[in-house]
Amino acid sequence: MTHLSTDVLVVGAGGAGMYAAIAAAREGSSVLLLDKNLIGRGGATIMAQMTVAAAIGHEEPDDWVLHLEDTLEAGRGICNEPLSAMVCQRGPERILEMDRWGTRWAREDGHIKQVGAPGHRRKRCCYVDFLSTGPAVAGTLRRQVSGMAHVRRLSNIAVIEICVAAGHVRGAVALDLSTGSLLTIAARTVILAAGGLTKIFRRNSASANMGGEAYWLALEAGAELVDMEFVQFFPIAHLAPRLVGMDPIMWDPFRYKLGGKLLNGNFQEFIHRYGGQDEGRYTAARDLASYAILKEVEAGRGSPHGGVYLDFRHVPDDSLREAFGPVIDRLLKNGIDLTRVPIEVAPTAHYHMGGIAVNDRMETRVAGLFAAGEAVGGANGANRLSGNAITEALVFGERAGFFAAKAAMDTDVDWSPAYVQRARAEFSELRQHKEKGLGPAALQNSIQDLMWENAGPFRSGKNLERALPALHGFHDQLQDLAIAHGDIFNLDLQDWYELKAMLRSSEAVVMGALNRAESRGAHQRLDFPQTIAEFERNQLLSLEDGTMTSRWTSVVRSGMPST
Amino acid sequence: MSAPDSTRLMHLRVWRGSTRVEGFYQTYEVPFEEGMSVLDALRWIRARRDSSLAIRYSCINANACRTCMALVDGVVEYTCTARLNESCTTVEPLPTRPVIRDLVTDTAPADEKQR
Repeated sequence: MTHLSTDVLVVGAGGAGMYAAIAAAREGSSVLLLDKNLIGRGGATIMAQMTVAAAIGHEEPDDWVLHLEDTLEAGRGICNEPLSAMVCQRGPERILEMDRWGTRWAREDGHIKQVGAPGHRRKRCCYVDFLSTGPAVAGTLRRQVSGMAHVRRLSNIAVIEICVAAGHVRGAVALDLSTGSLLTIAARTVILAAGGLTKIFRRNSASANMGGEAYWLALEAGAELVDMEFVQFFPIAHLAPRLVGMDPIMWDPFRYKLGGKLLNGNFQEFIHRYGGQDEGRYTAARDLASYAILKEVEAGRGSPHGGVYLDFRHVPDDSLREAFGPVIDRLLKNGIDLTRVPIEVAPTAHYHMGGIAVNDRMETRVAGLFAAGEAVGGANGANRLSGNAITEALVFGERAGFFAAKAAMDTDVDWSPAYVQRARAEFSELRQHKEKGLGPAALQNSIQDLMWENAGPFRSGKNLERALPALHGFHDQLQDLAIAHGDIFNLDLQDWYELKAMLRSSEAVVMGALNRAESRGAHQRLDFPQTIAEFERNQLLSLEDGTMTSRWTSVVRSGMPST
Repeated sequence: MSAPDSTRLMHLRVWRGSTRVEGFYQTYEVPFEEGMSVLDALRWIRARRDSSLAIRYSCINANACRTCMALVDGVVEYTCTARLNESCTTVEPLPTRPVIRDLVTDTAPADEKQR
């Protein structure tokens, strides 16, 4: 079994992980940066097609405090305020640093161009160009991290356990997909930057590696998760006709710029019947729009594929071209002519507000275990503003790298083969599984269906209570799943661990949602439609002797983050 | 992944193997949905027919990660944007890269590997 050693281990090489590696190396640490996919290609950052919010004040006067106020308002009273403040205060320096590193932010008259987005009172959203922001950010960081001598990068490595002894992180065990064998890593500190969990839902805009691995690893290591019930559902994700080569959440800028009519299956406008205002420009809030769409579908007034229509036929061809020329061509290649046919849209799981509970040094309650990026919970409370996700990836990445490097200096390496005994035994057993029958990839689909139907955009106690035993039933099947033989690039091995992560993350979402008997932001309970003051608190989940346990805590109010 | 009313079937002929000389073609029958991508079909095969098939992808649909390249009917394509053709589609590993297994080729930069 290969064994590696490092000061700081970073799990996940999206925006947050790459920034964390850079920041830790800047402090003099040796860094090992791992990803299940290729470095800088997996995860969510590269898929970001929209904008990055930061109060750099290039477009109009702005202040990070205003950005913070907007973020807290969207979060409906339960943001971890020091974390939100960290994102808003430090966002500008990250954006400007990225600019120096060669991210070509769109410019106008020599300054970085910033546009507005819902919930932001100033024009503060930077972008590269439509569809290219995420790839440009990921590319910049990939170049930057490649040039750092103290950062070792390894692709196709899936971490399956964080090793903890005497209350401190000691390293990790990982599956090396290219050899089908385990790899052990001694580390002084570990940063979890492996993204969110939206893959647990049937309809999602996730990449392949967003099955909640960061949450699973954190829980099993003894850390706490916060507000796991808050999943952001994007109301008008693309549903049909089949569209390839574009992110399903691409319709938002179209609706801001051009207005698109939302019509039910009978081609009637319906948002106004749910208390929303459409006015031909579709300005209804995300949660209301999701609710209205799903209610129409439930009432038998959906579109053929189970959503509603988004109709641009009233918009002249030249206006479409002027606003989105290259995209219009890409749509035509997909056989979609917006001037002639309405497309079908439906809500989809898009982002996770909940996540690993950390302090203002990005450290969990397990000494030496840090988190960064979407994996972190709390900064966005009950609802995230558009544009805040990449900002938090960069800011949390930098902070986690900085503090993990500092902590590594005060930590001795302590490694024992005993730390990996459990993982090794489990892996040996896994290799003995039968070859034919129901496999992990198929069971992942069953979890996605279960979660969509019972813990999706609209929840009830009845459905959530039904989901818990079903998840436990899936868990009981883990030992009986078929695993293909062979070592090299055997995806069944990776899928099996991912399935474990999906089950734990799903359980956390369901339990969180069941306990929060109110509706707030992205968490909507049909049986408790009101927001209730006594729930203006955070819910913490942890594993106690293997059982998921919940406790409530007061919201961390303002206070400046550590420097 | 496939629409409930999909009954049309089409064929995908996929190269399997760990070395160029010992490879073979395996043909799968896949339910066809209008507009379906080659990657959709490969993922369907893994979930429903043969999970031992090795493929590389991450972003699934956005054509952002650019890791899913293969030879589709003799042309280098991203499998996430290449469409299935209605008779039979042949998928092979990239011709210019060392084969790891099946459709997965060695595309990681040299310093991102252990050996």
